[in-house]
Amino acid sequence: MANLPPLSLHIPEPSARPGEQSGVAAVQLPEPGETRRPDTLAVEADMRDLPFGLIRVLDDQGVAVGPWIPSVSPDLLRHGLRSMMLTRIFDDRLFRAHRQGKTSFYMKSTGEEAIGAAQSMVLGGGDMCFPTYRVMSWLHARGYPLTEMVNQVFSNEKDPLKGRQLPILYSARAYGFYSLSGNVGSRFGHAVGWAMASAYKGDDKIALAYIGEGTTAEGDFHEALTFASVYHAPCILCVTNNQWAISSYSGIAGGDETTFAAKAIAYGIPGLRVDGNDFLAVWAATEWAAERARSNKGATLIELYTYRAAGHSTSDDPTKYRPADEPEAWPLGDPIERLKQHLITLREWDEDRHAMLADELDQLVRVAVKEAEAVGTLGKSKPPVSEMFEGVFKEPDWRVIEQRRELGV
Amino acid sequence: MPIELKMPALSPTMEEGTLAKWLVKEGDAVKSGDILAEIETDKATMEFEAVDEGTIAQILIAEGTDGVKVGAPIAVLLEEGEAAGAPAARPSESRSGEAAVPQPVEAPKDEGKPPIPESAVPHQMPSGARDLVADVVDSEKAGVDARDPELPEGTKMVKMTLREALRDAMAEEMRADDRVFVMGEEVAQYQGAYKVTQGLLDEFGDRRVIDTPITEYGFAGVGTGAAMAGLRPIVEFMTFNFAMQAIDHIINSAAKTNYMSGGQMRCPIVFRGPNGAAARVGAQHSQNYAPWYASVPGLIVIAPYSATDAKGLLKAAIRCEDPVVFLENELLYGQSFEVPELDDFVLPIGKARVARAGSDVTLVSYSIGVGVALEASIKLAEEGIEAEVIDLRTLRPLDKETVLASLKKTNRIVVVEEGWPTCSIASEIAALVMEHGFDDLDAPVLRVTNVDVPMPYAANLEKLALLKADDVVKAAKTVCYRG
Repeated sequence: MANLPPLSLHIPEPSARPGEQSGVAAVQLPEPGETRRPDTLAVEADMRDLPFGLIRVLDDQGVAVGPWIPSVSPDLLRHGLRSMMLTRIFDDRLFRAHRQGKTSFYMKSTGEEAIGAAQSMVLGGGDMCFPTYRVMSWLHARGYPLTEMVNQVFSNEKDPLKGRQLPILYSARAYGFYSLSGNVGSRFGHAVGWAMASAYKGDDKIALAYIGEGTTAEGDFHEALTFASVYHAPCILCVTNNQWAISSYSGIAGGDETTFAAKAIAYGIPGLRVDGNDFLAVWAATEWAAERARSNKGATLIELYTYRAAGHSTSDDPTKYRPADEPEAWPLGDPIERLKQHLITLREWDEDRHAMLADELDQLVRVAVKEAEAVGTLGKSKPPVSEMFEGVFKEPDWRVIEQRRELGV
Repeated sequence: MPIELKMPALSPTMEEGTLAKWLVKEGDAVKSGDILAEIETDKATMEFEAVDEGTIAQILIAEGTDGVKVGAPIAVLLEEGEAAGAPAARPSESRSGEAAVPQPVEAPKDEGKPPIPESAVPHQMPSGARDLVADVVDSEKAGVDARDPELPEGTKMVKMTLREALRDAMAEEMRADDRVFVMGEEVAQYQGAYKVTQGLLDEFGDRRVIDTPITEYGFAGVGTGAAMAGLRPIVEFMTFNFAMQAIDHIINSAAKTNYMSGGQMRCPIVFRGPNGAAARVGAQHSQNYAPWYASVPGLIVIAPYSATDAKGLLKAAIRCEDPVVFLENELLYGQSFEVPELDDFVLPIGKARVARAGSDVTLVSYSIGVGVALEASIKLAEEGIEAEVIDLRTLRPLDKETVLASLKKTNRIVVVEEGWPTCSIASEIAALVMEHGFDDLDAPVLRVTNVDVPMPYAANLEKLALLKADDVVKAAKTVCYRG
């Protein structure tokens, strides 16, 4: 013992910092089609290899390969592509609107659009999604009215959330989209509770929740997994591993030591690691987990391996902490390009139609933003003051009533 | 020498119990660790083990005897070689929790007073909390706590403990509505850490009475999610001291989601459990969170004193569309009160109760503080001061009208609170009275609270840290200028 060197503290570091060559392209990943697909009713103990694989369906040419190819009609694939493109065009326009002072804050889903779009299409109307702020493609895939969304971002008189919530922290119960929390992680536990309630009621509905890889360090993640495991809660628990929690790379959350999907092993629930930029892989894994949950086999943890191609929010400049070329170097590409390529190889799509769709969506977003602007942008049009006092309690207490009277509303 | 075996205590506040069963008979040889008897309280059953080896010489209390005082001799044990019928030894002076400890035979050094017979000394752990309980018992005996005027004329009253009243409230609501269920640590098989869920598992099964992993944050979150899925969870915290971990779900999720979602997602949930000081449980387990929760818009906060209010308000809480924090008190669980025998007894949330009418000074309190205030009112009456005691019952929304109406009558207010003074409910009452009743005040509002330090463990310090009826008397006399 006497000859041991002194202890030294390990501080994880990403592969590269600004000005250096990103190391993400060199990451060793399983090939498309390589990771096996067990039966949805298989015993968890027999699938503990899956968290270390990577479910990939689309190869580099856009051809679907391997055991996870889902059965999705070209119409649905085109709808998925459209939803992802709409999400990106919407994000880009609203991000620019922020720079012109039309809103105080915005967060883009860039690079992660396949996740919300595919999962929203796989799950049913009565199921409930417990979102994070980077799965807006869930709402776009379900046709949430664009103008209402912009009204919320602009916090104007027609804001469906009545001026009570930050931009993009939507609630859309009718679209299976639970209220977004600014305190990250807390919704993971709610999802498990919601799923347990569904089982309690003898219903057939399931819950799906998201948490960022950074937030897996919160107790929320572990407590939710404990309950999901103990009570076989019918839910799908998703870690969107987009490599970056603001400026902290995934290693700061433990990603260098093991995969996030592997955390499932300790809880005795299946853990799937999925290429989050592959629309078909996300679709197939979600379908697998949903079928398992609806068969009373409980929860699945899915790590969606992806890349946050944009900054964390309008307040963030990622070039300060990661190489500027890292988004382009990401080895799993752009989810929109990959699904587009796949549809082209199926002869169900082409460049002209793609360009036309992009124009059409751009027009839709322009119209929606114009309509919302006509109501008013941030500070130009305001939610009614009386709304401040609604919804605190079912019946207002004397304090609410007195405050309201004092303001004369 | 013969050893007196004494009635043991299951908890620091246990006063008496039932000697349910003897497992030995006179003449039996026993060794250390043998089970001698089973002792029961309304809360639990305990096996009573022999500490020493010897022979059971005499059984002093027959099995099946109720109301055996803690510390009373229940049997005599002879150690090896001792003859039966040896003269009864001088009683032990031990005050430790041991059932029996051999003592030296010599006479005590202090010859001034004859030794006190052991059987006359209650064998209890000293605690300042005992004084609070004594105030509750005294004022109940004296009958100063007024019957709720809202009860229908001729309502039959039955005696029951606060613990039973809470259980009945949950059971009635669970019978009426399948959406209601209970979850928490030890609520099912163990019947609740404080036996509040006694019998619920038997009646409703494990689907509706759910034991959870040990994570307050975890089950508070799961309960919140279940409420938003349309169920009506009752989440039991073993104590609110442990709910500190869960406070994010209570405040950031349960209390706000309806508001932040533009009214799309209600959260009808009850978070309940004991709050405030118990007996000798130290700094981390003796805190009153009422002011914390009552400061949050979106939360209903209820803290009942009597079993009647506990029952009627818990039923109301379970039916409430808003999230409710329901603060109980461990020291009150075993106290008996008169409770109306009615099929569906529900009380309004947000209404205080005049627990004792008076004209000279208003004592405002809630939870166990009401017992202290009532005790003080008895002492004040002896000195010719008639105190009106107001039990707030609900802390949010707080019944300002009842407080101000009483102030109009008495022109003096003392707030009595088992908790810290800083940023307290007492502070809130003082502010409300300043804002809305200044012209009615003939004296400054005074607060009688615990001392502003973390709760110490040692009995003498604990006693000093807790509020006292005598301090309430003093404060009342001060505001009446009779000090």
